[in-house]
Amino acid sequence: MTDPFIQFIDVKKSFDTNHVMQGVNLSIYRGEITVVIGKSGCGKSVLLKHIIGLMNQDSGEILISGKALSSLNKIEKKVFKNKLSYMFQSNALFDSLNIFDNIALPLMEKSSFSKEIIKEKVKLRMSQLEIDGTDEKFPSELSGGMQKRVALARALVVDPDVVLFDEPTTGLDPVRKKSVHSMIKEYQKKFGFTAIVVSHEIPEVFDIAQRIAMLENGKIVFEGDRDMIMNSTNQAVRSFIIEKEII
Amino acid sequence: MVREYIENIGFLSIHFIESVGRIIIFLVAGIINIFLLPFQFNKILEHIWFIGAKSMLVIILTGLFTGMVLGLQGYYTLSKFGSEGMLGSVVALSLIRELGPVLAGFMITARAGSAIAAEIGVMRISEQIDALETMDISPIKYLFSPRIVAALISFPLLTALFDVIGIFGGYLSGALMTNSNKGIYAQKVVQSVLMEDVTAGFIKSFVFAIIVTTVCCFQGYYTHLNTGGEHGARGVSLSTTNAVVTSCVLILVFDYIITYILM
Repeated sequence: MTDPFIQFIDVKKSFDTNHVMQGVNLSIYRGEITVVIGKSGCGKSVLLKHIIGLMNQDSGEILISGKALSSLNKIEKKVFKNKLSYMFQSNALFDSLNIFDNIALPLMEKSSFSKEIIKEKVKLRMSQLEIDGTDEKFPSELSGGMQKRVALARALVVDPDVVLFDEPTTGLDPVRKKSVHSMIKEYQKKFGFTAIVVSHEIPEVFDIAQRIAMLENGKIVFEGDRDMIMNSTNQAVRSFIIEKEII
Repeated sequence: MVREYIENIGFLSIHFIESVGRIIIFLVAGIINIFLLPFQFNKILEHIWFIGAKSMLVIILTGLFTGMVLGLQGYYTLSKFGSEGMLGSVVALSLIRELGPVLAGFMITARAGSAIAAEIGVMRISEQIDALETMDISPIKYLFSPRIVAALISFPLLTALFDVIGIFGGYLSGALMTNSNKGIYAQKVVQSVLMEDVTAGFIKSFVFAIIVTTVCCFQGYYTHLNTGGEHGARGVSLSTTNAVVTSCVLILVFDYIITYILM
């Protein structure tokens, strides 16, 4: 197996007396979909926010291609950050901007592309995600599923190497959940990005996962593929899967 | 009991010092970002439209009626001493040096400042500000810096509008509707108003522009850190209220300080 692209080594993070991460060790490989599962509030989103730099760990290291994230200088951090995209649980679309401007925002603000090229790139993503014709609409005028696609289009418009999905199916009905999962799988295959999906949609999310990690009590208690997790004898894993299947 | 009381004082003092430190850092970061590329001309224009152009009606109305009240009260008081001829000076100087910048500041805070705090507060709680950070877009540059520039352009212009309309309102109620000499009102306005009066009014409006934008953007931006334990929509409403109240109080405090310095 190749070296991990992103690696958590004994990462700890606390909020006052709440010890969310108590020594997380996790490896994420390039070009794969890694799914992080765990109970609500167990720190899955916090884990993602450490990768993108929205939060900093109290101790431990996060390695990017073998190099500690904390040791990167400002320019290297910027270069790494520009390779990442983050899809929020709530989509975090800008409600005062129309759909076109929402998708174009990262290019408008950060790239040196001309307006014509930006328009071309945005239109291409809109067409690939089947949201053409919604340019002038505002997020509140779209359905939940369409908003997810807009959020994904915004995440993909910068041609990222890594896309972080924070509970992308929260609040959706079973049909839409399935379609969002297929969308992630399809576009990951099409664009080849590394995906890290945080979810507690068990067992549906296993269908898209190449690797699965489970976070429990601030630690990764399982790492492996779908077959391994389904046959795992780990007590925490078994009880979580059984509990989710019953629900 | 006594210990709890002292602890509370200590907690509030630390919170106050932290907030002052945070707001100063926020302001300095906002000002530095104005000069960093890419310049945000379109956003500045949008905010001039929102803070400036859309506040014109409320400024015209408050300016007119403030001037009319000043005209009436001034005429009533001055006529007791046989000094109705000084009405133009009283109205113009009161408005240009004092009431224009302060009342315009209040009205812009109420109309635009509250909206700014609420908008940024909603962006904070709905993770839109986090989204900007993940896109490596500086939220301070995107949300705050263009608003400072827009306010620095809009506040003096709106204050000038308030002054002119107010002086006209004073003329309507104090000169036109009474038996006093109409020409003297205008003549006294021209005679008594000096450039330093106008400059003092503009200095105040520049300072108020910075106060209002900084406080309102800051309150919205740090909605999630509001003490009082309010979150979500109630957190935003608390931030908006804090923004308006703090801006108005600071306008009055700084009005006194600037007046004292300039006198």
